[in-house]
Amino acid sequence: MTQLVTAEPTAPEEQPETAKPPRGQFGVVNVFSQGFLLLWAAMVVLPLLWAVMSSFKTDKEILSSPWSLPASPQWDNFARAWSSGHIGTFFLNTVIVLAGGVTITMVVGAMAAYVLARYSFPGNRIIYYGFVAGLTLPIFLALVPLFKIVGNLGNLPVVGPYLGLNSYLGLILVYVAFSLPFTVFFLHSFFRTLPTEIAEAGLLDGAGHATLFARVMLPMARPGLISIGIFNVIGQWNQYLLPLVLLQPQSSFDTDHSVLAEGLLNLAVTQGYKSDWSGLFAGMTIAMLPMLAVYVLFQRQVQAGLTAGTLK
Amino acid sequence: MKFRRLPFIAGFLVVPVVLYVIFVVSPFVQTIFYSFTDWGGLTDTQNFIGIDNYVRIFSDDIFVGAILHNAFLLVLMPVVTILLALFLAFMLNVGGRGDSAGIRGVRGSGVYKVVLFFPQVLSVAIIVVLFQSVFRTDGRGLLNALLMAVGLVSPNDPVQWFNSPTLVLWCLLAVMVWSGVGFYMVLFSAAMQSIPREIYEAALLDGATRGATFFRITLPLLWENISVAWVYLGFIALDGFALVTGLTPDTGGGGPDHASELISNVLYRTAFTQGKFGLACAMGVALAVFSLLLAIVQLRVTRRDRIEF
Repeated sequence: MTQLVTAEPTAPEEQPETAKPPRGQFGVVNVFSQGFLLLWAAMVVLPLLWAVMSSFKTDKEILSSPWSLPASPQWDNFARAWSSGHIGTFFLNTVIVLAGGVTITMVVGAMAAYVLARYSFPGNRIIYYGFVAGLTLPIFLALVPLFKIVGNLGNLPVVGPYLGLNSYLGLILVYVAFSLPFTVFFLHSFFRTLPTEIAEAGLLDGAGHATLFARVMLPMARPGLISIGIFNVIGQWNQYLLPLVLLQPQSSFDTDHSVLAEGLLNLAVTQGYKSDWSGLFAGMTIAMLPMLAVYVLFQRQVQAGLTAGTLK
Repeated sequence: MKFRRLPFIAGFLVVPVVLYVIFVVSPFVQTIFYSFTDWGGLTDTQNFIGIDNYVRIFSDDIFVGAILHNAFLLVLMPVVTILLALFLAFMLNVGGRGDSAGIRGVRGSGVYKVVLFFPQVLSVAIIVVLFQSVFRTDGRGLLNALLMAVGLVSPNDPVQWFNSPTLVLWCLLAVMVWSGVGFYMVLFSAAMQSIPREIYEAALLDGATRGATFFRITLPLLWENISVAWVYLGFIALDGFALVTGLTPDTGGGGPDHASELISNVLYRTAFTQGKFGLACAMGVALAVFSLLLAIVQLRVTRRDRIEF
């Protein structure tokens, strides 16, 4: 299955120069399909290019002639969005939450999946199906009590301030918990396919269970780990609902921990009043370009990771 | 060796299981419990009121409207997205010229695959901000400006998009389809490429047209992927929270005049603006029941014998 999507896509567009010219019927099909693909590509790219172009214009230019090029690029828009629009802070918050969330998800998820896949013990099935059941339930079902649970964690002595509402760690742990079902489900089937002989050989050589996991099994599961890692990065990067509920500032003195998604949306709402359209476009460009750049650089892995995630 | 096995298993499982129980299992269970109470959120006490919350939400016009709007998206969004994605994937893989060596993919299919996939890596917030300006209602948005430039819309009467009660759901549908098609095109395309070429070549030798190869070979062999895509898209159609909140008018979205309320944003407003936590929990249970029904129905409808090749 994973081989299916990670397999090198054949390059059907490469043809020998000596290929015969297209025959009538197929030439028409070719134009037809090119036309449709081009049309959809334009529908995807044009709005994005238009937004990037608008981020270089002045507010007046944006409002008076939406389709024209900027007279001179307004780099100031970006500086304004970064500092007074707080995009810089949102960016940093997102990176912190994402780094923590994905790292812990991968470590904890791989450990659980490994044990559940390769060791039989009473309760194994119950725990495994408990994780898998989480796949079918919408986050909205948990939302209201989750707000209360995280709020209560904030009242704990000593650790409370680090775990409660509007804290990085609280949000990170919730991300981890909600990423676990899929991560465990995906890696479970991956660890099952690894050959038993190597594990037995390792144990005979005197390796402990933990060493075996870290030194032998994890490296062998690397393709699966990369796929699910990418899947989690994109999933947690795109998360909007959980930060919206769990990162609400608790008082007017509370630091704003907003991640990019909610920060940008808040900006979009308030910008309607301040009408700093160019700043908004610039903020959006800043939020959009890094992700697109990473994707274009690693497109094969990203596509393989995401599609493998869906097909499992 | 044996005696270290159990501590190892327990050590590896304790953190994930504890996290999962605290943040996932317990809120799910609590939601079901609270849905039968009048919990107001501010207090920690609540009274058990039986199925009153359920009676109330199903006699509430806004919530019933939200169910209907979700149903609209649930029926149309997966179908449109899958059809478009299949069509584009087919064009990508067998839309090129055919010669003695069989049918080839179109020129530049690699580039198309990269570009059409873009929406998948954009955060939903970016999609919201982007489409806010695409669908601006005053002639300065991308779409209205374009339509005016070609003379389809008069400058004095720009299309009202998200502000129009009749158009708003269709606009939401369009945004959802826009963001979903590329991903499923890549997914189907990978599946199409795993179909052995010989099958197509045999069909072509037997004189099959491209249309026939699509309906008789590609579609049946892709059936499993399609049914999975259907379930996933169904879950997306049942959510739609960020899009409605960010794109539709009125506080918290759902306007104009409740024409685009979805279960998710009614639930959010009921809980976090109105503080009726018990009522919101009943809505959450209703949403979960719909999700489960959806998964069961779709798995039954699309169930067929798996074809190995």
